Amino acid sequence: MPALALRLQAPERLIDIAHIPDLRGIDLRDGWLRLGALTRHAEAHDHPLIAAHAPLLALAAPHVAHPAIRNRGTLGGSVALADPASEFPAMMLAMGAEMEIAGLQGTRRVPADEFFQDLYQTALEPGELLVALHVPAAGPQHRCAFDEIARRRGDYALVGCGVMLTAPAREVESARIAFFSVGPTPIRALAAEAALTGRRLDGEAIRLAQAALSQDLDPPDDEQVPAAMRLHLARVLIGRLLGRIAEGP
Amino acid sequence: MPVAITLTVNGETLTRLVEPRETLADFLRRDLELTGTHTGCEMGVCGACLVMLDGLPAHACLMFAVQADGTRVETVEGLTGSAALADLQRAFHERNALQCGFCTPGMLISAEGLLARKAMPSREEIRDALSGNYCRCTGYEAIVDAIETVARRRAAGEAALPFAEEPA
Ligand SMILES: Cc1cc2nc3c(=O)[nH]c(=O)nc-3n(C[C@H](O)[C@H](O)[C@H](O)COP(=O)(O)OP(=O)(O)OC[C@H]3O[C@@H](n4cnc5c(N)ncnc54)[C@H](O)[C@@H]3O)c2cc1C
Ligand code: FES
Ligand code: FES
Repeated sequence: MPALALRLQAPERLIDIAHIPDLRGIDLRDGWLRLGALTRHAEAHDHPLIAAHAPLLALAAPHVAHPAIRNRGTLGGSVALADPASEFPAMMLAMGAEMEIAGLQGTRRVPADEFFQDLYQTALEPGELLVALHVPAAGPQHRCAFDEIARRRGDYALVGCGVMLTAPAREVESARIAFFSVGPTPIRALAAEAALTGRRLDGEAIRLAQAALSQDLDPPDDEQVPAAMRLHLARVLIGRLLGRIAEGP
Repeated sequence: MPVAITLTVNGETLTRLVEPRETLADFLRRDLELTGTHTGCEMGVCGACLVMLDGLPAHACLMFAVQADGTRVETVEGLTGSAALADLQRAFHERNALQCGFCTPGMLISAEGLLARKAMPSREEIRDALSGNYCRCTGYEAIVDAIETVARRRAAGEAALPFAEEPA
């Protein structure tokens, strides 16, 4: 909508999807949480099923824009837009979510790892609609943390990150880590994930994950901060998040 | 081609023809002459255009009027008429929480939205709720004070006195 207000975009046709009931609803079925594309940011903030089974969304929501924007903005809109500085697309990646897409040919499900392709570029083809986001429901064996570094509250982050560990005991069984604001798309930190897998989450593991980030991230220089500082901030951030999980309850 | 919409604005249900390209902010200001809804940035950043949409704060600059079909919109004028904001307005006045007043309608809507969600917010939470409202005059401190005062007064059950301009 800001792009329309600023006349950056002038589509010939604009379709209001707000009244399509199939795009609404939040349900838990067979270990997956289905979030209709029209789920509002404010619901990510408040909904008990999201708090219980997609806690990364609940943790990220207060950082997305401002309260009045969260009353209107939708998860589907945020994910379809795929702004590289956006919180929710990166959380889809961290959670291993799948996007349900409908087109004239029927519906298909695309994993987050294949959905975000390039700057504002997703697996959505012209004429296709994002119907729902399917999130593997988190349980007690999962530990997660989210944070971002921004100049002011509500601003887009300089660096942000969501971490999702499967760690039923002391050892990390598997890890998914996704960064945003560090490149053209949300980016998974595969080397950092590998550094943590099969280890106890202690100071040494955290240092290894921090070191691994130089293989995962290659942030651009831009007018806000130089690349080296962004990488440094990413290291600081992942250290904080893993530390928070290690100390956790 | 103009489209007919029916919506309730400040308690009154009306049907109007609007151009699909017209924003809700422009509709309120130009068609209904409710100029208390201000437009600053027209891109969702400054918060001057906030209205209550079905009871929740929303940016009138980020919606087309056609999208408001079937909704209930309250502007600062309506909320003043119904005295819903009277205690906030009084506290803003007492604390000099406005100078030019351009941001004030949006500030009042954000404040009302916050207090509806959370009766006794901390100063930190008040600041967070106002993070999408720009004020170029006051430096925010007085606005946070005024909202904090109203939260306390409402918790103490103090009825809102009708707000009226004090005699000079
Ligand atoms: C002042 C301001 C600050 C913001 N700050 C942040 C921030 O800090 N972090 C953040 O992540 N976001 C931020 N946003 C973005 C905001 O949170 C919304 O995510 C974004 O504006 C999308 O809004 P929407 O859901 O109304 O989608 P729309 O604006 O309606 O749509 C966005 C795009 O996605 C397409 N689209 C929408 N839904 C679908 C669907 N179901 N299927 C296919 N395509 C679809 C539309 O065609 C359009 O191209 C900010 C926005 C503003 C105005
Ligand atoms: S005019 Fe709507 S936010 Fe600035
Ligand atoms: S009082 Fe002038 S902008 Fe706030």
